[in-house]
Amino acid sequence: MADIQKLNEIASQIRRDIIRMVTGANSGHPGGSLSSTDVVTALYFEEMKYNVKSWSRTGKGEDMFFLSAGHESPLLYSALARAGYFPINELATFRKIHSRLQGHPATDTGLPGIYAASGSLGQGLSVAIGAAVGKKLEGEKGKYVYVLVGDGESQEGQIWEAAEFASHHKVNNIIAFTDWNGQQIDGTTEEVIGPDNLEQKWKSFGWNVIIVKDGNNIAEILQAIKLAKELEEKEEKPVMIMLKTVMGKGVDFMEGTCAWHGKAPKKEEMEKALEQLKETLGDY
Amino acid sequence: MKEFINTGNKDTRSGFGAGLLEFGRENSNAVALTADLMGSVKMDAFAKEFPDRFFQCGIAEANMIGTAAGLSLNGKIPFVGTFAAFATGRVYDQVRMSVAYSETNVKIAASHAGITLGEDGATHQILEDIGLMRMLPNMVVINPCDYNQTKAATIAAGRYNGAVYLRFGRPSVPNFTPENQEFIIGKAIKMIDGKDVSIFATGHLVWEAIQAALSLEKEGINAEVIDIATIKPLDYEAIIESVEKTKCVVTAEEHFIAGGLGETIASLLTAHRPAPIEYVAIADKFGQSGTPSELMKEYGLDSDNIIQAAKRALKRK
Repeated sequence: MADIQKLNEIASQIRRDIIRMVTGANSGHPGGSLSSTDVVTALYFEEMKYNVKSWSRTGKGEDMFFLSAGHESPLLYSALARAGYFPINELATFRKIHSRLQGHPATDTGLPGIYAASGSLGQGLSVAIGAAVGKKLEGEKGKYVYVLVGDGESQEGQIWEAAEFASHHKVNNIIAFTDWNGQQIDGTTEEVIGPDNLEQKWKSFGWNVIIVKDGNNIAEILQAIKLAKELEEKEEKPVMIMLKTVMGKGVDFMEGTCAWHGKAPKKEEMEKALEQLKETLGDY
Repeated sequence: MKEFINTGNKDTRSGFGAGLLEFGRENSNAVALTADLMGSVKMDAFAKEFPDRFFQCGIAEANMIGTAAGLSLNGKIPFVGTFAAFATGRVYDQVRMSVAYSETNVKIAASHAGITLGEDGATHQILEDIGLMRMLPNMVVINPCDYNQTKAATIAAGRYNGAVYLRFGRPSVPNFTPENQEFIIGKAIKMIDGKDVSIFATGHLVWEAIQAALSLEKEGINAEVIDIATIKPLDYEAIIESVEKTKCVVTAEEHFIAGGLGETIASLLTAHRPAPIEYVAIADKFGQSGTPSELMKEYGLDSDNIIQAAKRALKRK
């Protein structure tokens, strides 16, 4: 059984890291990073099997995670550092010159844990599907490729090209998540380009869809992953887990608004945010 | 003067198909993907022999590029095959981020490149692909000249670890380079030794350049012809060495002047060995429908144009 309280403590520390990194860089994307924190925590600190010491970009014999929504890089970097891929003090270099922690994930800096660059939206799902097909070709059983896509990102046509490919080729070792927070840069997803009927879209593209009503609840997320694995085994179809999340989750003045998609807090705002997020593992 | 024997016209895309099949037999990690152009790009023999290693992506090139990038991570060697127009301009951002920046081992097999695509017209006749691809860090750009060389280049691309843009064409053209040659990425191939003018040609225009040199010889002009099959990385030494001797240059390619082989060589020479240069390439305008040979003439790419360009270059020495 998963220790949900411990996982929540890790999520709180990651949220602190995100706020401190973005403030330190005076740039970055806190809103989506905070809404996706719980699923990434559930993956790296409970669900996924990996070995940080023997990590390589091949992902051979391991579960793999791809962040298609690359702007949520502070979340990924914090999770990787807290999982032991690199020293947590390196988080202080986020978005600074000569850092391995580029604004959006990159491979050419040699940062362990990054399989492919992402940030130009819509591409990560295809790359993750390719990795999953590669695992099938290698006969790797019981290993999964996870990928996180934004709801705004799902406006990209490539997402639907990838969706069709994965269902046609019965890619049933990929588990995808949508961070369904309903917000994007210019407003709500409905205001920008509706209708936001993602559930029907994924189903019509031949995927099984699991809705998590509270996408910030780690217990519910883990239950959905368990169900997804059972479904994929049984039906040979990829699964999309739609996480109903809150943009900016955990910081009251950032919650539910697109205003904090890509804005760094000022120092006073950071202090106000950190008062709401318990330091559980020690700040970097 | 060396003789060049055309062993029979063949399309370079079939050279790719033969090379892919041979590399597929050599290395079980080779996989292939297409976007509804399996037959046109000559991937059918590979698909038939290795159905588990072949992926039909449908008319969805962006996803094909990304999926190939993902496949390459655990050691697969993916070849993506489509028309050059859709393998470059249509998916430039995917090639840029998921292939070049992500340092993945994807081979982009781009058929029907250039004006000799013919009757389909300008929508499909991409003339800017060399420029687009050579601007990307981590990208090798290869444009072989005939069937045999395309086959050898395909096998070399598969053996090379890194992203490759492999450009070839649709029409049947003379097949005159050695069968089962070894293709060395980054090495220029001297076709004819000469002292008066250097003709650097790539792709289908290598044959035209050879024909031009044979005609020039009759007029007492001794042209050197060098096949620049690899445009990136460019064989700097071979080019400088030739120009040191001849002191004037013609470049010949089935591409826009902008971004092409000519500009690539001009920028090298400007920095290291300035010399007059004449471009045989297409100026700033789109193509049109017609037969390949009609279009080569109409757009100034045949051997007559190379002869005239060589004479202009000689006068500017």
